[in-house]
Amino acid sequence: MQVSMTINGQAYSHDVEPRLLLVHYIREYAELHGTHWGCDTSNCGICIVLMDGEPLKSCTTLAAMAEGHEITTVEGMAAPDGTLDPIQQGFHEMHALQCGFCTPGMMATGRWLIKKHPNPTQMTDHEIRDGISGNLCRCTGYDNIIKAIRWAAQYEADHAGRS
Amino acid sequence: MAMQTPAPCEYSRATSVDDAIAQLQALGGNARILAGGHSLIPMMKLRLANPGHVIDINPLEPELNYIRKQGNEIRIGAMTRHRDMLESDLLSKTFPHIFQEAEAVLADPVVRNRGTLGGSVCQADPAEDLSGVVTALKGEAVLRGPEGERVVGMEDFHLGPYMTAVESTEMLVEVRFPIVDGHGSAHEKVERRAGDFAIVAASAALGIKNGTIHFAGVACSAVGPTTMHIERAEQALVGKSPSESLFQQAGEMASEDVSPNSDGRGTADYKRHVAGVLTTRALNRAAASAMGGPAYFHDFHSNVQR
Repeated sequence: MQVSMTINGQAYSHDVEPRLLLVHYIREYAELHGTHWGCDTSNCGICIVLMDGEPLKSCTTLAAMAEGHEITTVEGMAAPDGTLDPIQQGFHEMHALQCGFCTPGMMATGRWLIKKHPNPTQMTDHEIRDGISGNLCRCTGYDNIIKAIRWAAQYEADHAGRS
Repeated sequence: MAMQTPAPCEYSRATSVDDAIAQLQALGGNARILAGGHSLIPMMKLRLANPGHVIDINPLEPELNYIRKQGNEIRIGAMTRHRDMLESDLLSKTFPHIFQEAEAVLADPVVRNRGTLGGSVCQADPAEDLSGVVTALKGEAVLRGPEGERVVGMEDFHLGPYMTAVESTEMLVEVRFPIVDGHGSAHEKVERRAGDFAIVAASAALGIKNGTIHFAGVACSAVGPTTMHIERAEQALVGKSPSESLFQQAGEMASEDVSPNSDGRGTADYKRHVAGVLTTRALNRAAASAMGGPAYFHDFHSNVQR
């Protein structure tokens, strides 16, 4: 069947099997390997991408279900001039990755937590930990991941209104 | 690890509920309704579900995602996402606070963005939290088919593990909940790790007026072939004044009436014990919520922040 979607602002359309999972569409058809593929059981959150700005587990979504939607992967986070998204910069500043396997999914969820919170700089540790409870870090580097999300929230608050 | 992928199947989208039902009819029992996909797709990957065709009803979200009061009922559309139930002011005001408590511990926030009420109850996983909530609140499922609608209580809805009363040409469109005077409710869960299925969970709902219990709903999850409805405890509660000793007795009944299996999550004896403890706790908190207002939900939250 023909499936069409927008990934990182670019239109993609392919003839695929209906059973194809979104994570494999992103990796094998769109050839964007920044989205990782992990537990395959919707537990680990490695494969999380943003669909219309909301995180979803792409291993538990058929590519066909993304028809007409806008997907953002880690490759689409930075500005066109290469300036990192604050969540990416936060992971850099706070050394929030070791092996890096969980990082794209963590950043997608972190990006969303900041966006949806009414007052992101006031997020409690519990709120952040609960928010990323669907993302597993095999290196167990959670403390720095939480600091990175906080760093991004603070950066955005400090730079609100500037461009 | 081998790649998990569903077996080959066909895919179509529904343009309306009637269209979905027409497609189900045309496909003659070989199709499944696909909502959030967070129960069905894992089942398809494991080849425990092998539909020849899936009918995607996500395009029906505008029609089937709602939480509204109608007469003396709350009606929730089948495509209502877990996150919408977690964040609903109407649900927290009408049923303090069983939906929030169950939804806060159901899978994780990203899964809750996609998973739906209809998907949860139609999966009929005996360990799933929301089915316990629906049972305790005495919710009724509205099934639509070629002949029109029929309303089925939870007793007749869950027929066994992963089996429901939904016929091959029907789909669940709504769940209806009676609004109860002096309502208080709670959901208690013991799990191995955040977001996991329960080792045991208990859902309790009470209606208390003039110091007397006039409505009682008790259900336990993960301790039997279906969500376990603890009717004996309900009968023992109605007409009595709420008290810790009464809730202790109801917990003992739950402990006796469940039928757990020993597995990797615990022994049958352990689960039986936990079912009793959680039922008593849920009833105590439900009564407190019915009589004491929302403060008890905050207690619950500080409890899960451990």
